[in-house]
Parts: sequence; C-alpha cells; structure tokens
Amino acid sequence: MARVTLGHGSGGELTRRLIHDVFLKHLPDPELGRLGDAAVLPREGLPGGGSLAFTTDSYVITPLEFPGGDIGHLAVCGTVNDLAAAGARPLWLTAGWILEEGLPLDLLERQVASLAATAEAAGVRVVAGDTKVVPHGLADGLYINTAGLGWVPPGRLLRRESVQPGDAILVSGTLGDHGMAVMLARQGMRLQTNLVSDAAPLNELVERLFAAGVPVHWLRDATRGGLGGVLCELAETRPYGVRVEATALPVRPEVEAAAELLGLDPLFVANEGKMVAVVPGDQAEAALTAWRAHPHGTQAAQVGVITEERPGQVLLRTAYGGARVLRLPAGELLPRIC
Amino acid sequence: MSGASSYRNPPVVAGLLDRVRRLAVGRAPLRFMEFCGGHTHAIAEYGLRSLLPDNVRLSSGPGCPVCVTASGEVDAAIALAARPGVTVATFGDMMRVPGTAGSLSDARASGADVRVVYSPRDALEIARACPAAEVVFLGVGFETTAPVVAAAVLEAEASGVSNFSVLSLHKLTPPAMRAVLDAGEVRLDGIIGPGHVSAVLGSEAWGFLPRDYRLGCAVAGFEPTDVVSAVVALVEMVAGEEPAVVNAYGRAVTAAGNRVALQMLEQVFAPADREWRGLGFVPNSGLQLRPEYADWDAGLRFDIRPSSAPEPPGCRCGEVLRGVIEPRQCPLFGRACSPASPVGPCMVSSEGACAAHYSEAEEQ
Repeated sequence: MARVTLGHGSGGELTRRLIHDVFLKHLPDPELGRLGDAAVLPREGLPGGGSLAFTTDSYVITPLEFPGGDIGHLAVCGTVNDLAAAGARPLWLTAGWILEEGLPLDLLERQVASLAATAEAAGVRVVAGDTKVVPHGLADGLYINTAGLGWVPPGRLLRRESVQPGDAILVSGTLGDHGMAVMLARQGMRLQTNLVSDAAPLNELVERLFAAGVPVHWLRDATRGGLGGVLCELAETRPYGVRVEATALPVRPEVEAAAELLGLDPLFVANEGKMVAVVPGDQAEAALTAWRAHPHGTQAAQVGVITEERPGQVLLRTAYGGARVLRLPAGELLPRIC
Repeated sequence: MSGASSYRNPPVVAGLLDRVRRLAVGRAPLRFMEFCGGHTHAIAEYGLRSLLPDNVRLSSGPGCPVCVTASGEVDAAIALAARPGVTVATFGDMMRVPGTAGSLSDARASGADVRVVYSPRDALEIARACPAAEVVFLGVGFETTAPVVAAAVLEAEASGVSNFSVLSLHKLTPPAMRAVLDAGEVRLDGIIGPGHVSAVLGSEAWGFLPRDYRLGCAVAGFEPTDVVSAVVALVEMVAGEEPAVVNAYGRAVTAAGNRVALQMLEQVFAPADREWRGLGFVPNSGLQLRPEYADWDAGLRFDIRPSSAPEPPGCRCGEVLRGVIEPRQCPLFGRACSPASPVGPCMVSSEGACAAHYSEAEEQ
C-alpha cells in the first residue's frame, strides 16, 4: 500500500506529484491550480455593501472515517457552518493539511475527494492550500485546517444583544447524532447501531430563514458542547434567562439509549449539522416551516423560550414538572461508572 | 426527548407524587436516604426533589463509587500510573477525582499513560494488544462492577494474559450502610435501596435494615416512576409502622440476587477492611483478590498499597456522604468548589450529591 513519506513534504518531485495527483485531481478550482503563493481573488466576486466574515477551524478526529462522514467532509461543514451562523454566505475556503508519515495515500485521496465534494455541495470554492508531513508518531494520521471567507448581506445583525424575552429558541433537527456516532465508532465500543453523523453544510438552511423574511436575532451552530453548550453561552451574563422544555428536545431513540448507557446527556453531545436560531416568538412558526421544507431541517423544533426570569441561567423543565439548571460540563465528557 | 417509555410516563409520576402528598400530609418531617449515586443523579436529572412535599426530604448516602474513593486510593493509582511501562486503565469518572496532589487527569497531562475504558475487558484487550506494557485496571465500584472485574481476571487466567492486573479498590455497600447508621449522626425514616447493587446481591441483603434498625427499605430502579414508587412505599411503611424490605425494582432484582455474579465474586475476591472517604476504615467493607489470583493483584505486583491521606482542607464531602449535612451547607459549595474546579469528589461525578444539588434549581 502506498503511504505518505517524509519525502512528500520535502518540496521536491514527490511533493509536486502529491499536489497534482492527489489534491489538484479532486480540487479543480483554477485559482488553486495556479499554485501561486496566495489566492488572488477579483473584487467582482464580492457583492457590494454588507460585511465580510472570516473564520478558521482545525479538524482533529478519531476515527478519520466514521459512519455518516469523514474528516474531509467535516473540514468543510464546520467552517461553512461557522460562516453561516454569522449570517454570511460562504465564498472561499483555504485548506491546510498536516499528514503523518505512513498515512495511506488512498485514505488521503478519499479525504481530498470528500472535502472537494462537500465544498461543491455547499457552493464554496477552495482557492488556496498547504500540505506538511510530520514524522510518524507526531500526529494522529491527518489533521486539516480550513479558513473561510464569506459575505454578510446588509441588514443581518446577529448578536446576543438583540435577543429579548419572548423570543423562541429553535433547533434545526435531532441532537447528539454526530458525537454519539463517532463515540460508538471508536475502537473499544461494541455497540451496534445504525447511527450516522449529521455532518452537513447548513448555509442553505440559514438562507431559507432570511428568504422567509424571519428577523433572526441570533444563530449558532451547535458543535462541541452540543445544544446545552450553546444555550449556556446564550444566557451567560445576559439580562434574560433561557427556559428549555425536555419534552420538546428532538433526540433519536438510539442516541438517547446510547447516551444513557454511557451516562452522557445528549444535550451536551456534539452535532456537526445543527443550527440553533433565536427568533421573535411570533416568527417561530414561519421559521420552522422554512426549515422543515429543507432536507437538513425536517426535524426542526422549538425547544425553548427566552424569559425574564433567572437572568443568566438556563433552566430545563423536565417532563415531570421539575426543573434543573443546565451548566457547561467541566471538561471532556466522561462516562459514569454504573 | 421522548419520555415515552412506561417508566417515564409523566401522568403516572404525577399520580405517584399525589399519593406521596396524601400519605405525608400532617406528618412530622420524614427523611429518606437514597443510598445510591445513581438515584442521586436520577433525582436531579428529572427534577424530582422539588416535586416532593416539604415534609418529605431525600438525603444522599455513600453510594457514589467515585465519591467514596479515598484520597490515598487516588494517590496510589497516580503513583502506579507514574511507573515507567505501566498503563492505567480506568472508568471515565475517576479521571478528575482529586487525590492529595492532583488527579489522574493531571497525571495523564504530565505524561502518564492513563486510558479511559468502558469495561475491564477493554483493559484486558489493551494488555493483549500491547504485550510490552503492564496494564493495570483500577477496580473501583461496588458489588455491581466487581463481578465484571472478576470475570476479566478469570479470562486473563484462562487465556494466560500475564501483563494485566487489577488494583482492587472495590467496596461493599451493606457494611457502609451500617457504618452510616451506627454513627448515629442522622435520623432517617427509611432507605431507598440501590437498584443495580441489589440486582447482584438480592433484595434480601437489606433485611438487616428493618431487623436491626427498624427502618423500611425500598429497592428501586432509576426511572422517575421507580424512584417515586420507592418513596410511596417508604411513606406507606412509616404510616403502617411496619418496616420491611420492599422490592420496587422487580424487573431487575430478585430476593436472592444473581447467583452467577455472586459465585464469581466469591471465587476471585475475599472481603477486606477498606477506607471510605467520609466513613474512614470500615471492617470487611472492601474486596481484595484471593491469594490464588495474586498474579493479577496490582497491589502485590507493584507493591503499592493505598495509605491514609488527608482530605482537602475545608472539604466536607465526608459529612455529605454520611448525610450529616446537605451539600449547600458546605461553605465551599458553589464558591471555591464547583464542577469546573471541584475541591472534593462529591462535586466531580454527576452521581455525587454536590454535583447533583449544583444542577438543581434553587427556589426563587
């Protein structure tokens, strides 16, 4: 099996071949193909007015390929969704690849192809890139960093200061699918399920909200830390509280079962294809209708409201009429002894 | 979340709570102890505490395995992990439990090989895959986890895996229950008996509660209906002045317990005196590997024995574990001690009384 060697990072003939035979083969953008030191992008590509949104994220995941996705797919979804959550239309991405010596070349090629396919699906161009090879043992197979630039049309002002009591909190679908699928795919877990990661680009979903005329107050993609993490961030130090209804949370039965077995709370398990939106209460139905008409939003639901009570806190009302306060988990999610 | 299963049926829970209210009306304050950390967690998870009438209170007992692991035991595990060539495998929630100088998580950050596993068999698999490593499984937990550890030791013996061993810190629950009651520090009106532990031991194991202490015991599962049904049973026993052991978890627990698990425990382990955080040394409250299985005893193999170590200054986990104070009565609660920076173990595990109370909504 052909593998990545330190020679692939030398800058010589092997590097040239790797770039042409693996990267450019799948990433056809002419600006990338120019192999310049920087992508030079015409201003005409950028609509007038509005603002620019610029973000970066690094992708580190075990296993590199998991049910429902892989690191190449994730590296586009994560950055595109960060831009989308800022109200931006993603335009351009860069991709930096850190390869561990010994990585099978066919695995690498699958990731490049996956990244390219997801970028195309999201309508975003990959215009610059970089590769480095590190000696065996100094990385975990493959890391990818992507940076993304997007355009925010005029009038989209998404900030916590716009959120007010009476607003509705919406989530675009089921919770914890990605985190639980990856956890179960890791070596050592012998649970058999049909769970797949929800990793998906959500920029279209966000555009649907604005197209429906919903005056969105705040958006966040609920990745690490899950919906619970997003809600804690939403409430922190703000003059309003957040109330969530446990019975309204969309959770697949298999996620609920696996989470319970491992002693985890699906509210805090990662997603890679779920957007949280805060919209005026009377716009909740319009927003949900817009989302549910899109394949990534069929399970969209209102999960809570912004309240005047308990400023700064997130209160979860249980199905039994009791309540508990949601707080950020202290660190990594660790299973309980049973 | 669906909450649709029959054990999570809100109208059924509401009906049971109503029954508690009717039975308790006009009574002097009643105080029941949920022995098990799993119940503490469930009570907080479903917000049940605030739904009980004011004169029915629940206190947590010493049934959170992480919480009762003594500082000295954590120190021993860390010392083991620091040995060159040793890999320590542990259940996840031991990672952040503070010893006298840091936790296993800190040890891992300093370069020790500490791995989170989901079962002792995973540790055995690591030993098989890395024959050059000495893999030590931290045997933490009660009668529930100990049989699985015994099974791993038997499997290691049968398949000749010699680089696997167990640091047995296992503890037994009935002696701890007695220790809490014998201390005479708390007045209780009944005990919610541990569900999983009783699935192994059998509900008869709690027969000493009505017999020796005139206390009712309701063995319960971990769903909302289970917990509230147990409270109903306990209030009924108080009302009828007939303490007994009621098995309210019949779908998992029998009177005599799980014979296979008990036999495996008996074969591999022997009772030993053990130090509990909060309770001190309790005679015959722990499990050590029998001499026949000395080859798999990490304590012997590496000559490491937990020694008594002081608790963190100001930490009142001990009193919380004995039910003497409620978590919010500890001056550190929510100030110096929170789940993000726990001083004591009861704030670490989500089964710990302090972490559970921290997540419960205070009346406003």
